[in-house]
Amino acid sequence: MNVPLLSLQGLTKAYPGVVANDTVSFDIGEGEVHALLGENGAGKSTLVKMIYGLVKPDSGQMLLKGQPYAPAEPRQARADGIAMVFQHFSLFDALNVSENIALGMENPPPMGDLASRIREVSETYGLPLDPFRTVGELSAGERQRVEIIRCLLQDPKLLIMDEPTSVLTPQEVDILFETLRKLQAEGTSILYISHKLEEIRALCDHATVLRLGKNVGECIPQDTSARDMAELMVGSTLHTPERADRDFGDIALDISGLSVPAPSAFGTALRNVHLTVRKGEVLGIGGVAGNGQDELLGVLSGETPTAADAVKLNGAPIGRLGPVARRRLGVLAAPEERLGHAAAPDMSLTENAMLTASVRQNLEKNGFLKWGEAENFAEQVIEAFDVRTPGPANAARSLSGGNLQKFVIGREVLQKPDVLVVNQPTWGVDASAAADIRQSLLDLAAGGCAVVCISQDLDELMEIADNFAALNEGRLSAPRPTKGLTVDEIGLMMGGAHGMEVAHV
Amino acid sequence: MIRLEKRPQPSQAWSLATPLVAVLATMIFGGLLFAILGKPPVEAIRTIFWEPLFGEFSFYYRPQLLVKGAPLVLIAIGLSLGFRAGVWNIGAEGQYIMGAIFGAGAGLAFYPMEAVYIFPIMVIAGAFGGWIWAMIPAVLRTRFGTNEILVSLMLVYVAEQFLASVSLGLLKNPEGFGFPGSRNLQSYPSAFNAELIEGSGMHWGVVAAFIAVIFAYVLLRKHMLGFHIRLTGEAPRAAKFAGVNPTRLVLFCLGTSGALAGLAGMFEVSGPAGQISIDFNVGYGFTAIIVAFLGRLHPVGIMLAGGLMALTYIGGEIAQSNLGLPAAAIQVFQGMLLFFLLALDLLTNFRIALRKPEAV
Amino acid sequence: MDLSAINPVLLIASLMVAATPLLLAAIGELVVEKSGVLNLGVEGMMIIGAIAGFAITVESGSPFLGFIASAIAGALLSLLFVLLTQYAQANQVASGLALTLFGLGLSALLGQGYVGVKPPQMGKLDLPVLSDLPVVGPILFSHDPILYFAIALTAGVWAVLKYTRAGLILRAVGENHEAAHALGYKVLKIRIMAIMFGGACAGMGGAYISLIRVPQWTEGMTAGIGWIALALVVFASWKPWRALLGAYLFGGVTVVQLNLQAAGVAIPVEYLAMSPYLITILVLVILSADKSSAPASLGKNFHASR
Repeated sequence: MNVPLLSLQGLTKAYPGVVANDTVSFDIGEGEVHALLGENGAGKSTLVKMIYGLVKPDSGQMLLKGQPYAPAEPRQARADGIAMVFQHFSLFDALNVSENIALGMENPPPMGDLASRIREVSETYGLPLDPFRTVGELSAGERQRVEIIRCLLQDPKLLIMDEPTSVLTPQEVDILFETLRKLQAEGTSILYISHKLEEIRALCDHATVLRLGKNVGECIPQDTSARDMAELMVGSTLHTPERADRDFGDIALDISGLSVPAPSAFGTALRNVHLTVRKGEVLGIGGVAGNGQDELLGVLSGETPTAADAVKLNGAPIGRLGPVARRRLGVLAAPEERLGHAAAPDMSLTENAMLTASVRQNLEKNGFLKWGEAENFAEQVIEAFDVRTPGPANAARSLSGGNLQKFVIGREVLQKPDVLVVNQPTWGVDASAAADIRQSLLDLAAGGCAVVCISQDLDELMEIADNFAALNEGRLSAPRPTKGLTVDEIGLMMGGAHGMEVAHV
Repeated sequence: MIRLEKRPQPSQAWSLATPLVAVLATMIFGGLLFAILGKPPVEAIRTIFWEPLFGEFSFYYRPQLLVKGAPLVLIAIGLSLGFRAGVWNIGAEGQYIMGAIFGAGAGLAFYPMEAVYIFPIMVIAGAFGGWIWAMIPAVLRTRFGTNEILVSLMLVYVAEQFLASVSLGLLKNPEGFGFPGSRNLQSYPSAFNAELIEGSGMHWGVVAAFIAVIFAYVLLRKHMLGFHIRLTGEAPRAAKFAGVNPTRLVLFCLGTSGALAGLAGMFEVSGPAGQISIDFNVGYGFTAIIVAFLGRLHPVGIMLAGGLMALTYIGGEIAQSNLGLPAAAIQVFQGMLLFFLLALDLLTNFRIALRKPEAV
Repeated sequence: MDLSAINPVLLIASLMVAATPLLLAAIGELVVEKSGVLNLGVEGMMIIGAIAGFAITVESGSPFLGFIASAIAGALLSLLFVLLTQYAQANQVASGLALTLFGLGLSALLGQGYVGVKPPQMGKLDLPVLSDLPVVGPILFSHDPILYFAIALTAGVWAVLKYTRAGLILRAVGENHEAAHALGYKVLKIRIMAIMFGGACAGMGGAYISLIRVPQWTEGMTAGIGWIALALVVFASWKPWRALLGAYLFGGVTVVQLNLQAAGVAIPVEYLAMSPYLITILVLVILSADKSSAPASLGKNFHASR
């Protein structure tokens, strides 16, 4: 078995202004679990899209079992035995599980047969799934199963998994790894994309590290320390944010008995949420995506009005106040979705500064806007948070994800909030920018601000949060001090395996 | 191979240039159309765009530009506010009719009394008529989530029937020998929206249009409400995050555009048209949609676009009598303009990249 | 006033005729919307179909050719919408409006020579025995072929959407175009075909008005039926059989009010003529509470960037 299953040779792909992949070469052996490691923006997605036929390389070639391989479209890639589980699932909410799976297959059997095949395969691999449920109603973990089963039904030779664990609880990750090991034992190769080093060490036989589109090194994860891999990935030594010892003040934010119905058919209702945050405290809220994070942020920012005394600021009820009134009182927020929620994509940074800062920075008088001062404020944010952009007149969407995120967080931080709520503050942001953002949150807390950090990145929460709570199906667990929490305990707070136990065959 | 690449940010230059290019393209393709119809293309285009401004009878046509342009601009300014916020009022024609009926009705209620306050009352009544007609889709959308496009449009047909009904009934001229249509307001001094300067075409509607342009400019550029309107159109979720109350915004946008359309109708019926009649409305409410887009939803742009569109109306009439160009050809010409505009708008947000086919 | 002049059998038969243009246009638009595209140009495509079908029928003497021509004309006009929204990424609402304004103008231009002309008639179904049955005969077995075609089309669209892979892919594209693209489906191609199908259906609906329902050519003769068809799609919750039901209800309203006008009921003609539009609004209000069945990508443009 000397011929590798898939051999990438000098793959290059350039987009206007950026070389996404620069002569990337590596081999994936048969039955090998191969990790593709790299930061956000390192070119991992572009690379797998080339393998899956969604993007054509500018130059370089691929060999599948020694034969030239150049899929013109995903259909062809699937026919050649390559299957992919997407990071942001390629699922259709309004369709049921069978229909979703049929859409990902070349020649699906009739629906009735397909349903029984789905049952069969899902049992075999310990991923129980009801073929007739509507996908929109499934949890993130179950949705991932749909994708995986869709792949498995085609007996893939190579299974590509793009950041599969970012939506799972630790317990669910264990179940997934069981399945992957079973597949590996049957001879299926797996290309496993991640930036989580411990996972890669636990699962993968071989790792390729990408940085800025280049292959910067390969290693055997079991024999390499996480720190070494991290430095290979980032290219420099990272500084860990510093947490000054501090005393907490009085309770700043107090939520009690908060229940909010789901905003849409596939949204999440908040059920009887309680939490308190003291001045100077960072409360970390973990949980798998889609368990009420957006909804909780909406309640705190004032976008979703609630009963007046469900949300209290320094003891005073603010539940009925809208975003503007809350900003006036010092309650600020930064939502997860940068483009379209935290910022208007086609508007300039000056206009986006006006978006949330008009009240606290005195950017308006009697409804009339002071654009000059808004521009100054935008410049301050750009300056203080090292936002890479030619200037405040540039549109928000022209910024890279990391830079826009720095702008969005900086815009709130510079307004000197008393309470700051952030959702996924470092999602899709490179490591150094993420470290800067985390540091700014810690600094804010050190200055006496109460910070609520909602995040799906547990490492991040362990790093900056004083107390940790988890959202699970709209319920919030009781907060516990971060110090001394084990991964298992965190997993259980997040809802354990959500009842999805491995089926014993 | 031609590819579209999204620009990192909208191009300012193209945003200004597209309306001009679109007009140019329309002239070329319009000329082609006229040629197909057997009319001399260059002559026809010249007649439409040159004759009203600088031709032999321009002394007569130039004031007409204001008369025809004013209602278009007045309505389009209102529509543009909504279009920017993603509120699609396409029933301005109906609001225009209702404004005219309310305005004329208020005036005729005083007949034959003469008083200075009659005309101001008519102005208010006209604006109210358009406003209330636009509030129907507004309230239905905010209260029940009903699609305002369909409702506002259905109400055009309802308004047309209502217009027919009042021309034959309620507002019918008792001294009109049984002919449908109201008394002529031009011969009722207190209600007559006369030219402010003899022979200039300048009537109160023109003044109102200019005021609306200035008002919209200040609103959109300098005021929080205008900022919120733009924000809602570009990113509704961000607008909510910024603290915009979507319900109030929908009511404001539809209400304002309705009131302005109503005003346009009122100024028209009390001035150039003179009376309520079955065929009072000539499609200004729909043409104003073209004007709003041609002006890139920008107040100053709309003013210019209104002038241009008025030009095609007047020039079209001249071409009709001089060259026998069918009236419908002008309608096609105007529709074409909107097409080119929308198509070319692509250049504002996208770059066209020519590149060799990708190597496989 | 003489209500007894209204014959219920003829009423139902003419209701079916009145409903057919609406049904054709609505079924076409339903498919378009299922693919995630909102084409507000139905009225424009109908009126173009009306004049194209009329002109070709008059010139060729064959209503059959006329209907083919109307479908082609509607599809051609919808290609302009394709250019604007699928290639030039223009706003779908604005583009639909442009289509309607342009279509109304163009049809008036094309139709100049045809005002007042009487078109050759299309034969009616004439089955021995069946067509002569009392009540059932005139209602079920004595119509023109297009009316039956519209019903068959409804059944066909329903079956394709529900049971075939093509239908599944169409729904998937309308539900989540990003995901469909990621799975390798040609979002653009599928949408273009759906839009053209919608154009062809609307065109035939228009021709039905000018050739069978009225039958003559007058400017702007579709009089908002295209817009009512759009409302009908919402009414139908994007389900073909409900579109049929809705079309027949609206057809009923139209026919009843026309009959009442003819019978000289004490309500002024104008208020009767308003009724279809008012009822459309009313229905929209009642049904707008539930939007859950709308395709999730409806009205959003798709541009595969990377």
